[in-house]
Amino acid sequence: MADTIRAYRSLVGAQVRSQAQYRLSFALDVLVTSFVSGIEVVAILLLFRVTPTLGGFSVRDVLVMTTMCEVGFQLADFLVGNVEAVARYVRTGLMDTVLIRPRSALGQLLAVDFPVRKFGRLLQALTMYVAVLAWADLDWTLPRALLAVGAPVAGAALYSAIFVAGATVAFWWIDSGEFANAFTYGGRQFGSYPINVYAPWLRVVFAYGLGMAFTGYQPALALLGRPDPLGAPDWLAWCTPVVGAVAWAGALLLWNTGIRHYRSTGS
Amino acid sequence: MPFAAACPKSAPDPHSAPDPSADPPDRRGRPRPPARRRAADAAAGFVALTGAGFRRYATYRQAMVAGLFTNIVFGAMLASIMLGVAADGRTPGGYSREQLVAFVWVGQGLLNVVYTWGWRELADRVRSGDVTADLLRPVDPLTSYAAADLGRAGQAVLGRWIAPVVVGVAFYDIYVPHRPSTYVLFVVSVVLATLVSFGGRYLVNLSAFWLLDVRGPVALWMLAGALLSGSFLPMRFLPEWVQWLLWCGTPFPSIFQIPLDVAVERTDGALSATTVLLQLVWVIVLFLACRAVQRRAVRRLVVQGG
Amino acid sequence: MTMPPHDAVIHAAGLRKDFTVKRKTGRLRRTAQSVSAVDGVDLTITTGETVGYIGPNGAGKSTTLKMMTGILTPTGGALTVCGLEPVPRRKQLARRIGVVFGQRSQLWWDLPLRESFRLLRHVYSVPAADHAHRLETCRRMLDLDAFLDTPVRQLSLGQRMRGEITAALLHGPEVLFLDEPTIGLDVVSKHALRAFLADLGARGDVTIVLTTHDLADIERLCPRLVVVDHGRVVHDGTLAALHERYGSRRRVVVDLDRPYDDLPHVPGVKVDRVEDDGHRVVFALDGVPAGGLIARLAQLGGLRDVAVQEPDIEEVVARLYTTEPAEPAEPAEPAVPA
Repeated sequence: MADTIRAYRSLVGAQVRSQAQYRLSFALDVLVTSFVSGIEVVAILLLFRVTPTLGGFSVRDVLVMTTMCEVGFQLADFLVGNVEAVARYVRTGLMDTVLIRPRSALGQLLAVDFPVRKFGRLLQALTMYVAVLAWADLDWTLPRALLAVGAPVAGAALYSAIFVAGATVAFWWIDSGEFANAFTYGGRQFGSYPINVYAPWLRVVFAYGLGMAFTGYQPALALLGRPDPLGAPDWLAWCTPVVGAVAWAGALLLWNTGIRHYRSTGS
Repeated sequence: MPFAAACPKSAPDPHSAPDPSADPPDRRGRPRPPARRRAADAAAGFVALTGAGFRRYATYRQAMVAGLFTNIVFGAMLASIMLGVAADGRTPGGYSREQLVAFVWVGQGLLNVVYTWGWRELADRVRSGDVTADLLRPVDPLTSYAAADLGRAGQAVLGRWIAPVVVGVAFYDIYVPHRPSTYVLFVVSVVLATLVSFGGRYLVNLSAFWLLDVRGPVALWMLAGALLSGSFLPMRFLPEWVQWLLWCGTPFPSIFQIPLDVAVERTDGALSATTVLLQLVWVIVLFLACRAVQRRAVRRLVVQGG
Repeated sequence: MTMPPHDAVIHAAGLRKDFTVKRKTGRLRRTAQSVSAVDGVDLTITTGETVGYIGPNGAGKSTTLKMMTGILTPTGGALTVCGLEPVPRRKQLARRIGVVFGQRSQLWWDLPLRESFRLLRHVYSVPAADHAHRLETCRRMLDLDAFLDTPVRQLSLGQRMRGEITAALLHGPEVLFLDEPTIGLDVVSKHALRAFLADLGARGDVTIVLTTHDLADIERLCPRLVVVDHGRVVHDGTLAALHERYGSRRRVVVDLDRPYDDLPHVPGVKVDRVEDDGHRVVFALDGVPAGGLIARLAQLGGLRDVAVQEPDIEEVVARLYTTEPAEPAEPAEPAVPA
């Protein structure tokens, strides 16, 4: 175990040292991308300039959902978002060099391309979440405090499973390009809003099929002390870890099948 | 709320400038043909370059299907949100429910037509030194890249724009423009929007002659383009003073907001035509700027040998 | 299926790999077609052997190597490497084999070579002392010192390849797989690399399997040669056996002051051709030494010059690639490590 940790730590360290060689470009990148996560909040604020409520929720309610979902997403993106590099590894046959090493292929991919530059975004998402929670004037209890901390972490588990599953598509469909974005970035988009605004088929696919109701909406309802206008039971707020675990089981199964499907390139 | 999927991560590798065989005949060293002939030659060359751009992007068919799927998923989500915003008889930004739905579905594919994503083709060629080959050709690279970009946009209209619009029309209560002039004006407006977007991208890429690494400027341009062009939210949702600043001082409304407002007939015919005129002004301004900057860049290249 | 011999390091029986290839058959229709890249390969390699794996492009060399290293999952047949089934036991196997791809770097592009080696120590969990010892050996034998602190992206191809081979050896592998290790190298680098590999093979504790298009690699390094074509083994044996099978012989070229009236008869020697109005005679040796022929010629006198030509491997292999295999290859004869 300690040996595994040391191996991955050195891989991440190497990545940090490689990136630091292009210092100016790196700094600009960090600066610009750190704005990206704030965009979602700006969008909500602008929307509420032209409407007092959205799906029966106030700007406060929606911002709790949005920022909670955003922390989960950014944490997942920071940790495993780079798994989408798989498409490049498969296309170029670079996957060969990963598979000849005595470590998990997924672990190596994540460590070798570890995106230090995305840390700014994660930090910004966290700051906004804390600020919104402070501003929202919630009725704090111990279970709610636990939920406020646990839900984004569990949400990150769910999003990261979707990142992994989405990237696995490249083993079968090399030119799948933006396809996985529909579920990763699309899932984030979906989870940032009260799900009762969406068309029923979207709710079936994203809210419960992919579990996106659990990254913001359901836990936020419990934090806000509101019943679900769609009639779902309150205890669903606590189900995010279960959904995340199921999603990971599915993602790993898909990944392992995908690796066996790898064709490499050349003769 | 970006109006589309996150930027294409594995966008087709932009290799090489347009097909050299499409170059118009060399004019140097021979008696010049009459002006009308020359204009006809140049136009034929431009059309050939546009065709080459069109065909080049037609080869990425699978990536197109993948992108289309993502566009439609995002379109459905955004349409739902817009309908939520316009619930209870509200008209946010002065748009009706049907107009907002049209804004979403017409806008989904338009993002890939005007292309606000990161474009680094020219910058990559500057960095690799291949740009010297572009400069040796008898056509100004600004012209040949613009022609190729129009070809790319044409491909995007077929591949990325039509399907989301069809989905919108088939499954939604969508606004159908009733002024015949709107259809003509929209086509003109989309062409101009593509040229404005191209001009901005080209200008950003030209900075490669000085900076070599343009990732920072490109990221900035993308962020600004996403936030300020109306592709993120209809610009009319913004505070009035911000709108004024953007309309008067920046090319961003010309890239997205204007063609969409034309399409959903947000303003009367005369005002719509005026905004398209504004796009034309920006095309001219940006192309003149590109030309001036490119001249300095080339001089720098010649003097310092790259 | 035969059981692997007890000293077999690699054992393949009926090994197959099929790929589905989609072909456009109409405007919108596509049909999937199964193509066998490896079509029933039987192969046993014992500890300490150096085996050259050759064949034309698309013959299935790399595919076989990638199955042996756990990169590709076989479609059928049995395969064990170091007693392990490669794909399910990939991680265990990876610690016991070393792999070098001539056209693909495994080093960290932006970091100095020394850093890559240090990282690999952690990735493979090699004890520090063993790592240091092996690195020291490679540094000495491959002359790494001059560029150990240079970022890999700035290395020449020859330098990089020396780095790649070191990287593959630092965890003390039992088998070293080399996929076209000399491709693109200059003559001097090729020579140095071959010398190193020959030495490594001669020590006998590392089994070496290499694919190559450069037949000089084979002549220098590989006592045993496996030729594949269309996914099948068409020859498995020594280089000499290959020559014998395809009728390639050593030749003696004799230049004369004046043509012979009667060509001499020596057992095991045939006249290949007569040139230059009889001033040059080329004899083909059917597995006998040249001494008898030359002694006989010396008796006849009038000898101006004599040259012995080794058979040309390029020619044999070219013939092998272009003709259909007449019969399936005989089972591997146990080749003795050099």
